[in-house]
Formats: sequence, structure tokens, C-alpha cells
Amino acid sequence: MIKKSNENNDLMIHSSLYRGTPSPTKLLLSLVALICCSCTPSQNKEDSKEKDLLVYCSEGSPDSFNPQLVTSGTSYDATANIIYNQLVTYKPGTTEIAPSIAKSWSISNDGLRYTFNLRKDIPFHGSQIFTPRRNLNADDVLFSFNRQRLENHPYHGISGGRYPYFKAQSMERLIKDIRKTGEHQVEFVLTRPESPFLSILATPFASILSAEYAQQLNRLRHPEWIDNKPIGTGPFRFERYEPDAYIRYKRFDDYFSDVKRVKNLVFAITPDAAMRFARFSAGECDVMSYPLPVHLRVAQKNDLQSVQTPGLNVAYWAFNTEKPPFHDAKVRQALTMAVDREAILQTVYDRQATMAINPIPPSSWAYNKNITKVTYSKRKALELLKEAGYENGFSIDIWAMPIQRAYNPNARKMAEMIQQDLADINVDVRIITYEWGTFLSRVSQGLHHSVLLGWNADNADPNNFFSPLLSCSSSVSGNNYAKWCNNQFDDLILKARTSSEQSERTQYYLKAQEIFKQEAPWLTIAHANNSVLVQPEVNGLIVSPIGNINFEGVTLQKPINDSATPGASN
Amino acid sequence: MLSTLIKQLSTLIISLLGLTVLTFILSLQSDTPVHHFQSDNVVIQYFEYLQFLFNGDWGTSSIHKRSVLKDFLQHFPATVELIVLAMLLAVTAGLALGILSSTRRGGWLDNTLMTSSLVGYSMPIFWWGMLLVLLFSLTLGWTPVAGRINFAYDIEPYTRFMLIDTLLHHNQYGFSAFLNALHHLILPAVTLSTIPMAIVARMTRSSLLAVLKSEYVRTARSKGISKQRIIWVHALRNALQPILTISGVQISIIMSGVIITEYIFAWPGIGKWLLEAVSRRDFASIQGGVLALSIIVIAFNLALDFISIYLNPRLRRPS
Repeated sequence: MIKKSNENNDLMIHSSLYRGTPSPTKLLLSLVALICCSCTPSQNKEDSKEKDLLVYCSEGSPDSFNPQLVTSGTSYDATANIIYNQLVTYKPGTTEIAPSIAKSWSISNDGLRYTFNLRKDIPFHGSQIFTPRRNLNADDVLFSFNRQRLENHPYHGISGGRYPYFKAQSMERLIKDIRKTGEHQVEFVLTRPESPFLSILATPFASILSAEYAQQLNRLRHPEWIDNKPIGTGPFRFERYEPDAYIRYKRFDDYFSDVKRVKNLVFAITPDAAMRFARFSAGECDVMSYPLPVHLRVAQKNDLQSVQTPGLNVAYWAFNTEKPPFHDAKVRQALTMAVDREAILQTVYDRQATMAINPIPPSSWAYNKNITKVTYSKRKALELLKEAGYENGFSIDIWAMPIQRAYNPNARKMAEMIQQDLADINVDVRIITYEWGTFLSRVSQGLHHSVLLGWNADNADPNNFFSPLLSCSSSVSGNNYAKWCNNQFDDLILKARTSSEQSERTQYYLKAQEIFKQEAPWLTIAHANNSVLVQPEVNGLIVSPIGNINFEGVTLQKPINDSATPGASN
Repeated sequence: MLSTLIKQLSTLIISLLGLTVLTFILSLQSDTPVHHFQSDNVVIQYFEYLQFLFNGDWGTSSIHKRSVLKDFLQHFPATVELIVLAMLLAVTAGLALGILSSTRRGGWLDNTLMTSSLVGYSMPIFWWGMLLVLLFSLTLGWTPVAGRINFAYDIEPYTRFMLIDTLLHHNQYGFSAFLNALHHLILPAVTLSTIPMAIVARMTRSSLLAVLKSEYVRTARSKGISKQRIIWVHALRNALQPILTISGVQISIIMSGVIITEYIFAWPGIGKWLLEAVSRRDFASIQGGVLALSIIVIAFNLALDFISIYLNPRLRRPS
């Protein structure tokens, strides 16, 4: 208001008297010059090559540097395969168990005793406050598990005393005792046979921490440093973490494996996917986490490389079987026929996924190849609905998860497509969504009618899909959002879980998948690929089906035709 | 003078108390309490809350278990660095542009500048930031996309002001680290300064024009004083008062702008920290962060009031 009146009032006084004053112009020019003098292209790329530095644009800040305390994939990525090792691990890029800290192991005939022989040549990292005086031994294994297991353990209450993954797997009930049977031998005694046990020990929460470091921190009266100034045995040692900015690691030169690695590793924390892609395109990072389908498409066009592997995950549409009309299996089957999943794969996943036929992905050894996919047919769906007495249609709610996950990049869009499809068979769909925390807690309470969600396995055993997602106990408290409890199915997956013969287990799982298909508690939608984008000079990166990033064996090499234009490399 | 001071200070205390009452009431609504009170009485709880705040216990993040106040102080320097540079840019460029267009009133330059300042003024900052990244970082490759410094420079955070820390690492990298940090600052600072720059430019222009038509300028002109001297010595000084006031109001615009800017440029300051806290439902951090930011805005405005009083004798007299 003030401005306006001023402008209007001084119409007459102005003359050309002041025209041509050079000073303000000069001032402006010098300002521009000042800004531009720092615009000189820096030797970004050259520098990073010389220093053997690999920058990984990661998607978020870790909650802790101890994977025992958290369940987020972001925290696992920053710790499990970088700072730590587990007793056993997966062969790179597969779901096959391989030795790591334990060089060999044996399982008793009743499946209750697991004996691990540890390597003797595994040193721990050192830091400014800690110089390890011995290599890893059985005490460290005991320390790492007993901290989570025993409530009277001196370290149990440190950093909140909650071990969510350990609890979620009910490990305290599964593990009866852990014994040190030799300086480099430990024995796990279980309360019941649990065939996925080795797979469970390969997950991040089973990382081995140093007992000697814990003692040292007790002396320093800072036990909590064990979780934020981490010491492990892994390929890289932790150097510095600036919250929300970066994590810096250095190569651990005494690592027990002589696998090739870069000297410096930086996680550049960039939560926004578009910005992450921009940074990657500009050459600011060498590896980019969680590219969206659209990024992969752009990357393909521009000859950027992506590393992909079919992930151990599933996206599904779960029907709440406790609520009508979903209590009727015929209705569920009809709805699975009425949805055009090909279109969803095309639109939502941009073809970076395979259609899900069973709840477990084809890479699993328990996968039932004989089950064929439900054919998309609106006519058949209408017939089935008629049989079930719903020829006049009905209305349902679809709850669409509000966040983006690799296994479900856009649940909202998915819901809209299903809405379109179902309109053709007289089913009226209302799409509902909440903020993520509220969404999850309401879905857990069973307030939903049907829900679009997904699951990312954290170990490679098929049990990791069946038990938490489809068992009767998980329908009471757990992730069984179909609230589906089938006794025959439940019996089969329990048998499969306790049997130690893999061929026997396979038979149980094959049968279970048949029941699943007949009962159709879900429409299985897709298994998305796990993918990262990499610059041409990155060699040897293997993406794991389980999803945690691993920089062992990754090196940087200049591409042969190096045009060396710093900055703009897109 | 003294009574004005007291008046201002009491306003500060009242607004701070009001603020804490507000955050206290909000904290009562949360189902995961930040502080554990001994008393059941809400009034006594409020005083306990104040005591917690004074002792520096602003709660602990439910997600990563770090102290909220410590976290805030750790992220604050990055924000300050960005704001200071953006403010500097907004005020100098805004002043220069305002002077330039007031001296060429009605000319094409004036029209261009005022139109573009109107555009700048109404630009959604997140979109503008993205456009700048697209042009300068991705197409031209002049500036980095995000971050505070190239990771080839391993900078130990002593002060957490990157410009200062890089200078402290002078032995290791010379000035190249400092220049690299400055290089990373340009685009975020330009993004953040756009709106305040436009406002300052428009304000300078109208304020200067108002002064230029006043009697004493006409007198000075008739005495044959050079036009530059008139502008720089006589007019500008008197025109500065409203500009300063307007600049003060900018702080709240800058504060909300900085949150978006930090998000766009993955700038590890308060804004990114707060947004992260929101997305993870980290109530303790959100509460602490909002309280701290509000305190800063209030304190800044108060400081600015004092400067205005100091500069303008007419305000020193209590009314």
C-alpha cells in the first residue's frame, strides 16, 4: 500500500537528471563478478579419483549405528555389510548361505544344536578411543547375542534397551542358551527345531560387536558410545557421521578378507529421490540408491548404468477376510480376476518388476512353478460374483499405503487403476489413505476393508514370507492384514518351519501355495527389482535380492574414453 | 531511552512465555511425552517444563536417541551460513537494483527490474530452486546440485560453519576447499534470497523516490551538488529506515524459505532436520525445533528494533 502511493505521488519531480549514474551499475557488476569468481569449474571428478573415493547417494539418515537396535533398511545399509560381519552371510547376489565369521558349522540331528567354528584371524577396527588387543573370539559372539537376549546383561539397557528385530523374531523364546565351547567355538541351543535359523543369523541384527570395546567403554563411563561410535570387523571402519548430511568410512586395511575395496566411502544423505537423481546425473555420486522407475527409464535412454536383481519382495492387495463380502472366497477370487495386473506393471512399475503369482518370488527355492497366473477376465469375475450372490455389485474401500517403497512405488495410482477395473464389474471403490504411521496402526487394528501393501523379506528363507504375513498367529498380532487364518495352511507352514530336510520343507510349501491360490486372501501383484544406478567407472557392485547394499569388491576405474569434463557429465 | 528498552524487553519476555505455554499445551497432546513430570497438576507441570528448558533438557529424540537441543545446535550453523549469505545477497543486490531503477524511473531498465522483481516476489521457492538446479547444475554444469562441499575434501567439523572450517583446513587444502564450499553455497543462497531481494528492491525504489522529491533534496540539487552525492550521502541514508524495517520482517519469510531451500538442496540444516523429524513422527525434535526457531525469530526482531531505535532518534522518545 505504502509503496503504491509513493510511486503515484512523485510522477512530476522526476527528470532525466539522474540518468546515467554509473555507481549502482558498477556495484551490481562487481557483485556478479564476485559470485562468478567462485564459479570456476573445480576438479571434482579428478579429485575423487585420486583419493579413491566412492560416494553413495543414500535415501536417509540411519537411526543408529548398531543394527541390533533398529529395523529400518536405511540403518542396515549403513552398518550391516559396511562396519560389521555376521556369523554367516549370503553369497553375493544370491540367497545361498556362505561362511563369514564362522568358517564352518554343524547342526545336530534333532535340529536343536548349532555349533559354529569361528575364524581366528579376524581383527576389530581401532579408533581414537579404542585399540583392540585381541582378535575376535567366542566372547564377542556371546556378548552380541546376550546383550539382546538377557535382561540382566550389563549392556541390555544401554540406548533404550529395545531390540525390535530380535523381539519380532521371538528369538528370546527360540534361543535356549548360547555356550562358549572353545576359544573359537560357540554352540546355540534352541528350544525347538527352526530350519530358517541360519538365514536368521545372516540378518543385520546378528552382527558381531566387540566385547573388549564394551569393557573399554565401561571404563570410560560411556557405554552408549558402542552404538554411535561403532567398532566392528567389517570391510570399512566408521570415521564420522554428520546427521542428515553424510557418513564417512575408511577402508579397513586389516580386514580378514582380501577383497578389493575403495579407500574412502561416503554416504551422501539425500532423501528426495528427484534430487538424488539430479546429484547422480551431475556426477556428484557414483552410486544412487532406490531409483524410481522413471529414473531407470531416463537412465536407459542416456546410457547410464543400472544394476538390478529380482528382489525378495511382494506387493499385494489384501482382503480383510473378517469383513463381508471378503469372508467369501468366491468374491475374493472374482476380484483377483477383475484386475488387469499387466497394466499395473506397465504404469506403476514401468516394467521394473515381474508379475507375482505366488506370495514368494520365483527366486526362492520353495516357489511353486505349477501354479499358473490368474487370467484377467471380467466375464469370469462377473460369473463368480453371480454365483456368490453379488450380481448387483457392492462397494468396498481400498486403503492405499501413502509412501513410496521399491516394492510398491505408487500405491495410490495402483488403487485408482483397480478402481477403474472394478467399476466394470459393478464394484464401487473408495480409496482411503492416511499419514503412514496412522495408516499402519489403523491397518494393524483391522479397521481396513482391503489394503494395498507390500513386504520386503529380511532373510532369504521362504518362512519369512509365510509366517509373518499369512499365519494364524500373525492375524492376531502381526502383519497378516488379510486377517486370514486357514488351519490347513497354518499346519503346513509350521511343519515346514520345523523340518530340517529341505526337500520335505519344499513339499509343504508347494502345498501351502496351492491352498493360498484357492483361498485367495490376497491378489498378488508384483515382485519389484532391487536396483541402484551406477556411474560407468564403478566396477563390481552386486545388488542383493535381500536389498542391503554391500561395497565389498567394488572398485573405481576410469572409463577408457575419458573426456574429463568436470561438473556436467550428463 | 531506558524506558523504551524496558518496554521492549518485557514484550520479549511476554512473547517467550506465551510461546512456551503454547508448546507446553501441544506437548500435552502428544501420546509419547517428551518430559516426565513429577506433579499431576498442569500448572506445576508447566513450571517443571520451564525448568527443563532452562537446564537445556529439551527432550530426546524418540528415533535416534540424541538430545534435541544438541541436535538443533549441530544443525544450526549450516542454516545460519545459508541465511547470512542469502540476506547479504538480498540486501546488497536488492539495494543496488532499487537504486538503479529509482534513478532510471520509467525507463526500460526500471520497468524490467520492477516486473522481474514482481515475478521474483511471487515465485514459489521450491519451483524456482528446481529451475535453477535444472539450468545451472544439470544443463550448464556451473554449480553443484546439492550438499555443502565436495566429499573429496575431508573437513573435520570444528565450528560446523563450512566456510570457517574449510579455512581452518587451510594447511591441507589451501583455499580450494573454501572456494568449493562457497561454490556449493551459491545456488541455495540465490534461491533463498530471491523473494527478500525483490521486496528490498521494490522498497528501496519507492523509499528513495519519496526522499528524492523532498524539499531538502531539491535544495541540495539547486546548490549544484552532484547527483551521486545526493543519492549516496543525503537520500539513501534517510531512505534506509523503512528498508531496515522491511528487512526485519523478512526473517520470518527467510525462515520458512530456508526449510524448503534446505530440502531442495539436501542442505543439512534446521529445515532438513525438522522435515526429517516430521516425516518420522519425531515429536520431541519437532517441538524443540519449533520452539527454538520461534525464539530466534522473536530475538531477531527485537535486535532489529534496537537498531532502528539507535538509528532513528525520533523513536528513542517514549510515546
